[in-house]
Amino acid sequence: MAERRNGMEMVAEKAIELLIRICGISAIVFVFGIFFFVFREGAPALAKIDLGEFLTGGKWIPTSHQPRYGVGALIVGTLSVTAVAMAIAVPFGLGAAVFVSEFCGRRTRETLKIVIELLAAIPSVVWGFIGLSVMSPLLIHGFHVPVGVNLFNGAILLALMSVPIMVSIGEDALKAVPDSYREAALALGATRWQTVWRVLVPAARNGLLAAVLLGVGRAIGETMAVLMATGHSIRIPETLFDPVCTLTATIAAELGETSKGSTHYQVLFLIGVLLFSITFVVNLAADLVVKGIRKR
Amino acid sequence: MFTATPQVRRKARTEAAARTFFALMAAAMVVPLLAIVGYVVYRGWPVLSWTFLTTNPTHGGTQGGIWSALVGTIYVVFLSLAISAPIGVLAAVYLNEYAKDTWFTRVVNLAVVNLAGVPSIVHGLFGVGAFVYFLNVNGGKKSILAAALTLAVMTLPVIVASTKEALASVPVAFREACWNVGATRWQTIRRIVLPNSISGILTGVILQVSRTAGETAPVMLTGVTTWKMIEQTGLFLYHPITDQCMALSMHLYYIQTQASGAPKALPFAIAAVLIGAVLVVNAASIAVRVALRSRRKW
Amino acid sequence: MTTPAPAIDIQDLRLAYGRREVLHGISFQVPRHAIFGIIGPAQSGKTSLLRCLNRTIDFTAGATTSGTVRVEGADVRSMRNVYELRRRIGMVAPLPVGLPLSVYDNVAFAPRAAGVRSKSELDGLVETCLRQAALWDEVRDRLDSLGTRLSGGQQQRLTIARALSHRPEILCLDEFSIAIDPVTTMRIEDVLKELCRSMTIVLVTNLTQQARRLADRTMFLWNGEVVETGPTEVLFGESPRDPRTRDYVRGVFG
Repeated sequence: MAERRNGMEMVAEKAIELLIRICGISAIVFVFGIFFFVFREGAPALAKIDLGEFLTGGKWIPTSHQPRYGVGALIVGTLSVTAVAMAIAVPFGLGAAVFVSEFCGRRTRETLKIVIELLAAIPSVVWGFIGLSVMSPLLIHGFHVPVGVNLFNGAILLALMSVPIMVSIGEDALKAVPDSYREAALALGATRWQTVWRVLVPAARNGLLAAVLLGVGRAIGETMAVLMATGHSIRIPETLFDPVCTLTATIAAELGETSKGSTHYQVLFLIGVLLFSITFVVNLAADLVVKGIRKR
Repeated sequence: MFTATPQVRRKARTEAAARTFFALMAAAMVVPLLAIVGYVVYRGWPVLSWTFLTTNPTHGGTQGGIWSALVGTIYVVFLSLAISAPIGVLAAVYLNEYAKDTWFTRVVNLAVVNLAGVPSIVHGLFGVGAFVYFLNVNGGKKSILAAALTLAVMTLPVIVASTKEALASVPVAFREACWNVGATRWQTIRRIVLPNSISGILTGVILQVSRTAGETAPVMLTGVTTWKMIEQTGLFLYHPITDQCMALSMHLYYIQTQASGAPKALPFAIAAVLIGAVLVVNAASIAVRVALRSRRKW
Repeated sequence: MTTPAPAIDIQDLRLAYGRREVLHGISFQVPRHAIFGIIGPAQSGKTSLLRCLNRTIDFTAGATTSGTVRVEGADVRSMRNVYELRRRIGMVAPLPVGLPLSVYDNVAFAPRAAGVRSKSELDGLVETCLRQAALWDEVRDRLDSLGTRLSGGQQQRLTIARALSHRPEILCLDEFSIAIDPVTTMRIEDVLKELCRSMTIVLVTNLTQQARRLADRTMFLWNGEVVETGPTEVLFGESPRDPRTRDYVRGVFG
């Protein structure tokens, strides 16, 4: 059949292809721009402060006459909140993943998935607000502690916030285990509990690990909830009920107070670079772990 | 005949115990959600009304309604998605349909996956560095456009990822059949690939509406202010390039942590509106998914 | 008497996916208005060969070709308008693919993509192609229903109708009977016998008996090399030139 398209149409075709390519490439530019622009604003501080003291120093006094810029306490704050949050979230998240994938019917599963989606969609500022106005009085009365906004409060919120991603990724991992494994275990007379524990969890190990890592990434990066619920006080926590301060919350609380180009401003961007690097490594690890499964 | 030996009975018991155990784990997710939503709505109820939604806040935000904050959120959300949705969808089309499998596209795919996990506060810093100062959108000051651009970059990788997944669900055989009869790549995409992946694409974009509406940290650094006195009502309260706006998420943070003299129910009411908005948006995405799934064509 | 120019003329065609060469310099000619059979076991490069013919090989990353491929005298590898080329070659894939469009739109897809707008012209084309593919009587009352909802055999005939819809000069079928029942296969074979009066047909099959029933000439392709090309009755006769051919058609290996 003879070609009947006129020149205009072929030109339009080429134009659309070009537009799609431009969008593809611009998305890539944006994506790489993130690191560049955060680093660009923060880099000058490297000449003014000692990198070793920045990373390990325990003193964060950015506004005094002799400012000190050590984020050691902030790193400890972030890690402690994340660790406690994971101690709560991992058993519940993976337990719920097992329930959704192995123990419930189709209808319950659909309902639970919607609940998980909603839980994931609740804005972090709302979680922070709940920590401040609901959890804090509960903790004060329940544990007889003087301050309700503390490490434990923030950790509970982060646990609730990171459970959804663990459940959905964990469920995917369990679903990827071939049914023949389950049937073989059940045929040998194993109970479902034994099947889960001895067969499914080992088989889905990598996927479950990725689920946990993504939950960790989510918890480390969370800002508003920890800003509002952890008390935002810069010190190394000694008990579960001490107030702490995290890397993310410090940026959110202090950037508005600084002027562009000041050392304080630049150091806050350096914290951004640090956060970017930490979460990037965690997410990359999760991604590689998942890729590992697909290859096998 | 089958009789229950002690061993069998013990097995049945552990089986039931396991089921209960895991069900409790799942319930530990459902209960807080219901409790929180219920409690927030209960405490906010005295203030919640149509007038509350449609009148502007007064007295530094501590009195009156939330209209100007609501409008600010709408501005930021729709401006950011108007930027990120087309770019993200077309970028996904590029990556899935045009780009060859080279090391470069592999790096890009890896970056897209990982950037979805970059903390929102880092995106906020990026917005400050790139849009407020470098592009100088509003003469070195915060602005709605800078905030929208920041959120657009933040949602871009997620939209790319969900769109790619939707496109990849259309079987390759359909594309090959089209190419074999002399259709160009774009004809194939427009007539076959896009019509059959649109529900997945839409769901992904809609979910970003609720994500951007709730974001606080990045927008408070780039374009949202705590308080702005606004007298007039209607939708045109802000200039998107030269104005900063109020936003619901920021308003909640501000009222709860910094303003004094607000009625106790006010922050609960704001939180209830935010949760309500998220619920409506997610319900919409589920509705789209169900409606379009029932029209599946293969 | 002059021999007419062949419909397809391939000289020393090599194809590699990355470093792995799958076609090792093959040469053959397909005469016009006849059925040309290509037989050979799986993985011998039959499908790859067809993809070189209509340049859909371009979509495979890392595929490189060398040699000469001429279709109706035109050099395929240096051709700029590949869409025009693909319209001159109808291609039927092994598995039936009904596009997720109505039966009518399935057949009208290619003409529309080429710029045909007139409703009456499209109507005529759709009916002609569906008749040629022996499907018209079964679907004439439900042209609006989805192509993907037809039975496997119907979908394969729909695929043939679609391949005919751009009025190709050459029709290539790649193991078309793999997913359909023997009765439907026989019907399509009758269709092909009819069609070869007006076009050249390349029939790739690993059912040697199908080639024997239909093809005027047959080529035996094995591990990316042409073992033998000749009149079908010679290949399937008592003394083909190459002993491997006899072993293969008698089912000794493959």
